[in-house]
Amino acid sequence: MSKKCSRRNFIKKSIAGAVAAGLPLSAFKLLAPGEARAALKESNLRWAFLVDTRKCVGCGFCVKACKKENEVPYDVPVTRTWVERYVVTRDGRTHIDSPMGGRDGFTYKRIREEEIPDSEITKAFFVPKLCNQCQNPACVQVCPVGATYQTTDGVVLVDRTWCIGCGYCIMACPYGVRFFHPVHKVAEKCTFCYHRITKGLKTACVDACPFGARRIGNIKDENDPVTKTILTERVAVLKDEYGTKPHVFYLGLDERVR
Amino acid sequence: MIEPSVYVHGLEWTTKELFTYPNEFIYWSVQIVMYPYMTGLVAGAFVLSSLYHVFGQKDLKDMARFSLVFSLALLPVAAMPLLLHLQQPLRALHPLFTPHFTSAISAFGIVFSTYGLIVLSEIWFVYRKHFVEQVHALKGKKGAGLKRLVFMVLTLGAMDTSEEALAKDKRAVSIMAAVGIPVACFLHGYAGFIFGSVKANALWMSPLMPVIFIMSAVVSGIALCMLTYIVIMEFKKIKAAIAKGMGDESVQEIKGVEMDVIGKATRYLITFLVAAISLEILDLIFRGYTAMKSWDILRSVMYGKDFVNIFILQYGLGNLVPFIMLLWPKRTLRRVAIATLLILFGVFMMRWNVVIGGQAFSLSFAGFMHYHLPIIPHNLETFKEGLGGVLLVMVTPYVLFWIINKFTPSIGEATGKA
Repeated sequence: MSKKCSRRNFIKKSIAGAVAAGLPLSAFKLLAPGEARAALKESNLRWAFLVDTRKCVGCGFCVKACKKENEVPYDVPVTRTWVERYVVTRDGRTHIDSPMGGRDGFTYKRIREEEIPDSEITKAFFVPKLCNQCQNPACVQVCPVGATYQTTDGVVLVDRTWCIGCGYCIMACPYGVRFFHPVHKVAEKCTFCYHRITKGLKTACVDACPFGARRIGNIKDENDPVTKTILTERVAVLKDEYGTKPHVFYLGLDERVR
Repeated sequence: MIEPSVYVHGLEWTTKELFTYPNEFIYWSVQIVMYPYMTGLVAGAFVLSSLYHVFGQKDLKDMARFSLVFSLALLPVAAMPLLLHLQQPLRALHPLFTPHFTSAISAFGIVFSTYGLIVLSEIWFVYRKHFVEQVHALKGKKGAGLKRLVFMVLTLGAMDTSEEALAKDKRAVSIMAAVGIPVACFLHGYAGFIFGSVKANALWMSPLMPVIFIMSAVVSGIALCMLTYIVIMEFKKIKAAIAKGMGDESVQEIKGVEMDVIGKATRYLITFLVAAISLEILDLIFRGYTAMKSWDILRSVMYGKDFVNIFILQYGLGNLVPFIMLLWPKRTLRRVAIATLLILFGVFMMRWNVVIGGQAFSLSFAGFMHYHLPIIPHNLETFKEGLGGVLLVMVTPYVLFWIINKFTPSIGEATGKA
């Protein structure tokens, strides 16, 4: 008679039942054969970006192309990619601006109400910015529902159907690349045009750049021209102190770039 | 022109100065100030009630029941700011269904419901006798059928009120109260962790953040319970005095606030206040002394842009002034009431200065952002994340308390029991 329904037995079984019912279904996720293979074996594809700041003239074509390609409303200040202008003057100050993300190009000398005479300028340059598709992304770590995730080829994406719009990822990104999509009202970010690169195309910004300042490639392929440059030239990344291991590499990056 | 269906979150209440990244706005606005403020009050109120149940601080008995019930009234309100803040409020339960455990927020549902269960069961054990008594008292009374039914359900069928059974209840209460303290601290400490672990934010990132949050939570919780207790008891006193003056014979004695209860609670309030301020000052000194890359911009925010908010309103008016008021000899009730009000304001300003202050500077360290609280709403967003939403969150616990208190009387007449 040890199997009788004693109070102890009842409680034990209830707890076991509750735990079983409470286990998230995701613990038993079924993987497609391709997914399983990718998860087990190291993928031989890892997207990386190369920005040559010395070639950028600040025309803003990349921003325009990005907004159109990715359907981010054209006349709002938020954007997936942007271009910053840096002007360093003799007094050691750095003047930075990026009105509308540099969408319309920098066709004037004024920086926020301030007219800077040419004779005062010691150096000036442009820096295009986009998502760094970090190897160790802070945004993915903090998402409470797993709506933002990293693909096996290194790109961080957002599931618009599952994002709750808490904004934690926006807060966690040290590069300020995330924002709320003005129409979908969920977290939005640069995806390296994942819908294009997975079909063998280049990103919209790479295609739009008339000077070859932006390039994308597979960092796991030694023969990829982008990888060759990263391996042989002196490149830098932004804010490596955060330990995010960014995968947008810069040529000719100044120490003043934030 | 921007179409009306296009809404840039944060654009309406953020102004920018110098250089900020294009996507930077005050994304976490006043509701995220309210969230740690409300959870802090919940945790603090519970800790206060536990001081009596666990540590046997007899002088707090009167307040212990009240703060326990009030803690329950505050509990649902702690989640309210989050709902008002979410861009997709209909997906609010997703963190429970698909928790992503590397995120601090994913623990919210679990911690929050655990804590809710503890508070509910403790209240049940405290009031079980009362429920049973009500079931018996209302038996056969006309028009009280529904009320009796509610009490019947509330007893959960446990009608035994023998000495032995009540002793068991009492033991359960102390266990619940004891288990509740670490859970309450966790509930709030983890709110501190949400901020403290954001490595991108120079102001937030600090391992001290959770501890600072717990300390200030207890401070605010005790202060709110004291203030509400004073207000309700004084109101009852006035009501009784008026009734007596109008010839109501049933009013025997006019019972007001017990000054020794206030005295005891004040002592705890001051202790936790000292702990909270010490930690905050330590954090500030440490940042200045180590002077990391971010210190330049932090300094210009703390000693410049936000000087009034931090040093005048938070530390001065919200901490130092009430501290002196409470320690000054010949304490009066009115002075205590004003001091607790100032402390509540001070803790609110602390939350404000952390949440809004943390977004007052650009991640580029080259510019600033200013937050303008929407006062008069012109759409849902400016209501939710404006003054309207704040007032809604502030009023709700009192409405809930009024309802809950109908079934679990925690103040005045019934406090003599148990």
